[in-house]
Order: sequence, then C-alpha cells, then structure tokens
Amino acid sequence: MKPAAFRYHAPKTVDEAVALLAEVAPLDGRVLAGGQSLVPTMAFRLAKPAHLVDINGVEALDRLAVTNGKLVIGACVRHATFHRPVCHGPLGQLLSEVVRHIAHYPIRNRGTFCGSLANADPASEWALVLAALDGEVVAKSVQGERVIAASEFFKGIMTTALRDDELLVKAQLPLLAPDTRCGFYEFNRRAGDFALAAALAAYRLEDGKIVEPRLALGGVESTPRRIAEAEGVLAGAEPSDKVFRAAAAAAAAAVDPLEDSVNSAEFRRDLVLAVARRALERAAA
Amino acid sequence: MNAGPQRPPWIGQSVERLEDPPLVAGRGEFAGDINFPHQLHMRIVRSAHAHGRIVAIDATAARALPGVFAVWTAANVGDVPPIDFREGSIPALDPYRQPVLATGIVRYVGEPVAAVFADDPYIAEDAADLVALEIEELPPLLDVQAAPEEFSPGHPTEAALIRQGYGDVGAVFRSAPHVVALELAIGRHSGVPLETRGVIGRYDASRGILELHGAAKVPHRNQELLSRMLKIPPSAVHVYESHVGGGFGIRGEIYPEDVLVCVAARTFKRPVKWIEDRREHLIAANHSRQQVHKIRAAVDVAGTILAIDDEYFHDQGAYIRTHAMRVVHMTAGILPGPYRVPAYRAVGHFRLTNKTPAATYRAPGRYETTFVRERLVDAIAAQLGIDRIDVRRRNAITPDELPYKRPLEALGENIYMDTGDYVGLLDKQFASIDWPALKAEVNKRRAAGELIGIGVAMYLEKSGLGPTDGVRISVDTSGMVEVVTGGASLGQGFETVMAQVAADALGVDYRKCRVIHGQTDRIAFGIGAHASRATVMTASATHIAALNLRKKALDVAAELLQAAPEALDIVDGEVVRNDRAGGASISLGEIAQNLAPGKKTLGGREPGLSAEGWFKVDHQVYPYGNHIAVVRVDEETGGVAVERYFIAYDIGRAINPALVKAQIVGGYAQGLGGALSEEFIYNERGDPLAVTFADYLLPAVHETPAPEVLLREDYTTPRNPLGIKGGGESGITGVGAAIASAIDDAIGIPGAVTQLPVTPQRLKAILAQRKRQQ
Repeated sequence: MKPAAFRYHAPKTVDEAVALLAEVAPLDGRVLAGGQSLVPTMAFRLAKPAHLVDINGVEALDRLAVTNGKLVIGACVRHATFHRPVCHGPLGQLLSEVVRHIAHYPIRNRGTFCGSLANADPASEWALVLAALDGEVVAKSVQGERVIAASEFFKGIMTTALRDDELLVKAQLPLLAPDTRCGFYEFNRRAGDFALAAALAAYRLEDGKIVEPRLALGGVESTPRRIAEAEGVLAGAEPSDKVFRAAAAAAAAAVDPLEDSVNSAEFRRDLVLAVARRALERAAA
Repeated sequence: MNAGPQRPPWIGQSVERLEDPPLVAGRGEFAGDINFPHQLHMRIVRSAHAHGRIVAIDATAARALPGVFAVWTAANVGDVPPIDFREGSIPALDPYRQPVLATGIVRYVGEPVAAVFADDPYIAEDAADLVALEIEELPPLLDVQAAPEEFSPGHPTEAALIRQGYGDVGAVFRSAPHVVALELAIGRHSGVPLETRGVIGRYDASRGILELHGAAKVPHRNQELLSRMLKIPPSAVHVYESHVGGGFGIRGEIYPEDVLVCVAARTFKRPVKWIEDRREHLIAANHSRQQVHKIRAAVDVAGTILAIDDEYFHDQGAYIRTHAMRVVHMTAGILPGPYRVPAYRAVGHFRLTNKTPAATYRAPGRYETTFVRERLVDAIAAQLGIDRIDVRRRNAITPDELPYKRPLEALGENIYMDTGDYVGLLDKQFASIDWPALKAEVNKRRAAGELIGIGVAMYLEKSGLGPTDGVRISVDTSGMVEVVTGGASLGQGFETVMAQVAADALGVDYRKCRVIHGQTDRIAFGIGAHASRATVMTASATHIAALNLRKKALDVAAELLQAAPEALDIVDGEVVRNDRAGGASISLGEIAQNLAPGKKTLGGREPGLSAEGWFKVDHQVYPYGNHIAVVRVDEETGGVAVERYFIAYDIGRAINPALVKAQIVGGYAQGLGGALSEEFIYNERGDPLAVTFADYLLPAVHETPAPEVLLREDYTTPRNPLGIKGGGESGITGVGAAIASAIDDAIGIPGAVTQLPVTPQRLKAILAQRKRQQ
C-alpha cells in the first residue's frame, strides 16, 4: 500500500504544466488531478509513474463558465461542483442528476470531471455524458492546443486520443435547448459502484413526435457511445412504452458488450434492455 | 434501610460504552499506532501462482537496496515448524499445516514465499518488488467436488472424512412416504474488518522476553501456541492486545506473519512491525464458508421430518490452519438446528484446494447449515404443498422436550440444548411485526405485478464455549476497581459489559471499573473472545470474583464498623448499614488502605482488597432466533433490494441491550454480504479475482436497511449464575437462509435459490429459466 518512489511537480500555470509534461512525459510522467483513480492504483503499485505533475495548484484550470452556448469545465473542477445545477436549463439539471451516481461523497469532493474523461473508464458517467451530448475536450501541449470531439476522444478501455505530453485543460458540453428532455439510468450492484450498464437519453418533442433523439450507453462496451440504431427507432416516433422497448431492443442488439469474470456479455446485453428503456422513461416523465 | 435511594442494577441498562472516549477522540491504539525505537518493517513476498514448484528465489537485488536489513526465505526459518493447531498436534492433520514461508511448493496465490525487513515500509515494499521468484506452474485443484489428488506423498487432498449421526437413516429413507433432495452451495467469503491485520514482534533482551503486540481474539491461546512452536517457556512470551478494529473470527489467529515477526525480532534483536494491506488481507487472511451440500430429508405426509441425510464438501483451501477441523466438524453437529430429527447422518469431505486457507468466520458452521436446513424445510413445504410456517411449527422442538440432548458434537462437546421456546419466539415475532398485515401487503403488491416476497428462517445458535474463565478483581486505595480478565475485546463493548457485572456485585458505579483484557502478563489464563463466549464465560467469572471481593470487603468493614456483615451493604463504593439510615460508613478505598501489607487490620487475611473468581461449564448454551426478510427483485436486472428485515432473538439475559442489538445489527449486515454480494471468486488458473473492495462487495449503507430487532429475555439458562446466553453471532446466522427464502417467494419459484451469494447474474439466469419454462 506504499507507492513506489516518484518525483512530484507542482506547476502554477498551464504553460508551466505543459512545459513540465513535455519534459517528463517521455520519462513516465503523469498528470495528477483529483487522484481518485491514480492514487489507489499507485498504492497498489499497479501504476508506478516516475513523475507526477500536480495541476491542483493551477488556478486557471479551476474555472467553470458558459461561453458561446457551451458549458466549459476546467480540468480541476470537482464532481461535487455539479451537485447543484451549474447552469440554467436541462443541462445543469441533467448533470446534477448524473453526479449523484459517481462513487461517494468524499470521492466527489476530490475527483474531477476532466480527470474522469482522461481516465476513460468505460463506466464513467461523465464520459457517457460527453459521448451522449457530443461534447469535446481541449488538449494542450507545448506544441499548441487542439479540440477533440467525444466521438474521436475515447479509443478503448482507459485509452483516449490524448498524447502523453498533452494536458486535458477543459471539457465543453453544448447547452441543451430548454425543451430537451433528459433521462439517466444506471445499474450497479451497490450504490456508488461502477455501473454494469448505464444509459443517457435526450430528445425534444415537436408535434408530439421525438426529434433530435440521443441514446448513449456507458459501461457496456469498451467506450461510451451513442447508439444510432436505437436513435433511428426513436426519431419521428411518439414516445410510448412500445417505442421505448423497441429502441432498447435495438440498442441491445447493436452493442458488443464487455465481459468480465462475473458478468457475461449476454448479461450486459440484457441489462441494456433495462437501462435504455428506463433512461427513456425518465426522459419522458 | 439504606442511607440513599436504591440504585437500579447496572445489568440490563444500555449504559454508554466505557471504550468510547479514547476512540471518538482519536486516541485509540490500534496495531498501526504501535511503534518501537529501531523497528524494522516487514513486507511479505507472496506467490502469484495457485500451485507450483519453487525453482529459484533470487533476492540479490532486494538485499542490495539501501535500507534493506535482511530478506528471508524458507531456508532462513528451517528450524521453525509449520503453524501449529491451537489444540496442539493432530497427527493425521499435521502434514497439512502451513509453513511460515513456502517450502518447495506454493499452494495458493498469496502464500508467503519470502520476507523483506527494511528500515521503512516503503523500502520494504520496493525491495519486495525486486525479489525474483521462479515458479514452475502445476495444475491447480479448485473444485472441491473433483476427485481428490495428492497433497504430498502419502497424503490425499481429502484430509479427513467427517461422520456424525445416529439412528438407522437408510431404513427410514427406504420406508419414507416422501423424500426431498437438494444440492446447495455456499460461496467463499469471510470477515473483512476495517482494520487489517497488524503485528509487532519485539524481543526484550534485558529480560529475555519475546513480545507480540497487535494480538486479538485469543491472546493467551496464542501465547501457548507460540511457546510450543518456538520452544520457549510460556512465561517468556508475552502477548498484548491493543484496540482491535473488528475481529469476526479471522483476526487474531496465528498466521505466518505473526510467527515471522516474532522469530525475526528474536533473531535481529530489533522490533519488527508488519501491517497488512487490503489486497493482502483479501488473499491471505482466513477465508470461510465455502461448502456444497447434497442433502435429503425423509418426511411423512404431514411434513414431519423422519430423517436427514447430508453429504457435504468443505473447501478448506491450501492448508489447514489453527482451527484444524473446527468448522467442518461443527457443520455436521449443528445442522439439525431447532428441529426434531429422529435419524440423522452427515458425511463431510474435508478437502484441500489451491485457494486461500479457510477457517472460522462469525457463526461458522451455522450460517452455512442454517441456509442448507432452512432451504430443506422450505422444499419440504413446497413439495408437500404445506405452508412453510406450519412445517416449522410441526418439526420444532417444544419447551417440554428441553433440555434436549442430541448425540452430535460441536466444538468438542455434545449438543445439549438448554432452555427456550422456539415456536413461541416465532409467535412473538409475528405479533410484533403484525405478520398477517405484512403478508397481506406483500400479496397485494405482488398481485399488482411486483416481484416481492417474504423469507423466514429459524435457527439454533450456540454460545459460551468453555471450559473455564478466571477473573481477578482488585480495589485500589482510591476506590478504583480493576477487573483483570483473560478475555479479549474485538470492539464489541467487552469492557463496558464486564464493568456492569462487576459494578452490580460490588455496589460501585460501573465507570469506577477498569477492565483489563488480552494482556498475558497480567493474568496467566484466558480463552479470549470467540464462539460468542465473552459475556457468558468472562462475565460469569467476573460476577463470581466480584462476589468474593464483596465478601472480603464486608468482612473487613464489619470489623471496622463493629457490625455484623449481614447488616452491611455497599452503595456507590461506600459500605453502609442496611438496617438503619446514617451512622458510620467506610469506603472501599479505605478498606483497601486497611488491607495494605503490614496493616494491623489485616489480621490473618491476604493483603490487598482483591479476589479471584473462576467459572467452569460442562456445556455451551443454545440461544435461538428467527430472521424474516422482505425483498424485492428487479426482474430485468436481477438486482435484489432488501426492503425490510426482522430479527427475533432470545438472549436469556441482556447485560447491555443496546450492545446486544448492535452485535445483532452488525452481524446482519455481514450476513447480507454473504447472501447477496461478497464472494472470493477464482479463475480457472486459481487467480483470485476479488482482491480489492471494488471486486469484493461489502454491503454499504444503501444496501443495508436497518433491521427491526426483537430482543427477548424470556428463557434464561441455568448453566451460569446470571442466566446469560451469547449473542455475538446471532445477527448473521439466519441471513443467507432468509434472503434465499424471500427471493424464492418473490419470483414464485420454490427452491429457485440453491447458491449463495445470489448475484444479479445468477438471479437473471434463474429468471431466464423460468421464462423458458412458461
């Protein structure tokens, strides 16, 4: 339970941070944000980074703002910030609902939104939100800044498009139209555990029919993603139990589920039926 | 009459715990808090293979690391025997004992292979990473029902075949109108205390004494065991218990690490500290519970049990540890529980596998057999179409049949149930929870489409393992009482309970009593805290010692006050006249002053205001209870939500009802884990898959609704002076059984649950099968 030795760096600015990262990334350097995943893995010596670049002292990364129709979430913004809606309208509401499913209170007080994205656990609630809403992240290195769309960002289990020398400085979520209906549901064996399956649904109604449907799944496949087959069932349909079941069935049929020692792929596929439909029901409620 | 108003007795009051002030102020002393100058830190290098031959161990790089003092392998501890059984040698089982460091063969993932000693725990862990193990893999044996293999030359992996029973079971089955047969499995799980294990060995060269700090549960038994193993006189080994953050049967046994810190401290002449990490705990501390039962009942047309025949397989893991056959043997003895079973046969296969060794965990043998027996009773009801409560009423032993001798054994003594009314307690519980209304509500919700059900389990507990306990009580010259016991405290409120018992007999405030436990240099004998024995045994000895001291105090006071001892009472630490108000009085502290060595008042008495008391028993006591669970099943996910939980328990006499209830509630929470979520699983290579709290799922507050506890004191026992029965394990015993029964009821498939824990995936499989059959 004692981590291996590492060198600790505490930059004060983003430029300092990315400069340090450029220097130590090739030497097995890692970014430390909330530390809620990294520190335990270091304690178990599953991770033995030689350098840690601690960004908690970088004030510029601790910002949350609405700019140009987007909610911009700095790299050091903690999960607990979202307990109350951070912006008007359905997005703030949705985030305050989702955040309650992330681990436990002490972890939410320390862990960060962007750290969760960079860690890219398949069951990360924030990763699911980013994928469902087609958010994007901004990555910065000494070579400059680039914007990466959610669909390009998640590459696999705990794997992202970030280069080792890049710092994920912020995430951006589009604000949702005021009449957007959202629903989130996840199934896990204990409250606060990683979800065995999670779903996020969002849509609007025009003339009683579903438009702009979004249905994304997390914890089911190696990365969270929108399920086009299910959205196809929803688009243009009137919300009903039958339609929701059909969309859930389409989602279940479309996924390539993860398998672990306890949970088979078929079990996870089965769970999709439940979580997808329940997320849609919550959106409709 | 007395000088002051009569104070109600301390016994029976839920007084505040004496233990709490240091704990809530952060001034407790747990193993991790104990440090000695110049100490070394030990880190264990463990096998990553379930089964293999050790080809080479290269510790060169580890030894070369600055700050490393030594690295040991089996070769360095060749003179240390394998870890002994608590009761000493059992020739047939001795070959299965665990060496302190693996010798030639590794038999489970987590087995200690080498030990690193270094100046700080970081360096110790760095060095452990540098120890290179070359192990040639051997095929692991993981299935307890598979054909036994060779453990070592001449010793099969079936270490023993247990047989208990009576009557002509074969004949009964041949003529029985109905036979009900089940195959049932209990998952591998165990006690997981918040504080992991931790021990500090220290050799006091100035006195020639070896000390073990961080002990728990059975310090005196461990003193004997270490003395035997290390061939040093018992009086040259001292074992010290500090605060203990949970025991549950698994903490406080002698493990390889305990022996290693002692041997290393003696060898290096430096204190050696070892604190276990969580991953180690989940693969190295005792596992428990894993059994498969093939059980049959012969019954008549009314559901009366005529005979039970059980063949079971006990997955012991890689070695036989300090408990030897305790769990596997007790399983056979305790299985019939509260029911009349005219003929009985149990055959248990005690088998070694390549998993972490197993031993006792809170309610050993009872959690397992209560699940098995109550599943069987539910199955009898279902197969015969009789109400499951009626089957229980019909078969439960009645008060007029008690005391009831059963020619079976548990913990080395015949089962001899003392007092009680098993069905009567069920009726009281039904009345307290309004059973008809509960059933009606559940039926209504079920009719509306919810998968909701009720489960019921009855069980017989056993408690108060003897054979004896001794306590010495002294009053100092200030009037402070010291109660020196050979008991142990795992955090359950031991000090408070002993103080309450001593206070009543002595006529003092319980807060005036300081209770000593787990210190082998303070009292020579003790059996510790296990088998729900502390209050039954140690409190009885405390009561007797306190009465002896009272007698001595009154004898001296009578002389000093010139009154007959019968005319005196002790109130709030003052000896007063009980026949008239006012007048002369004398405090216990003053009496102690008068008993100092050399005092004239001493006369022919032994110096000091102190006395001993001993309590002996021939039989344990057998309390009993019922668990009732209401659960809701999520058909789509296989999730189970416990909505309500009811526990009824007759403890005979509760010294401190709040502490008894706390024991019951804590046990219940652990029972839920074993029923629904906790499981040490292994892959086909024998790799443990539950090695963190992300995989080993302890129920947390969301999953654990507060149980409603009906604590009764209807049937005291004649087997001890205060009529006490034990309660430390009662909260856990019935949980697996009640939850299984409730799930069956919720999904409308009698006998659906055959395996614990009932995970969502397993329950989904059961539900899918139902769908296919519909």
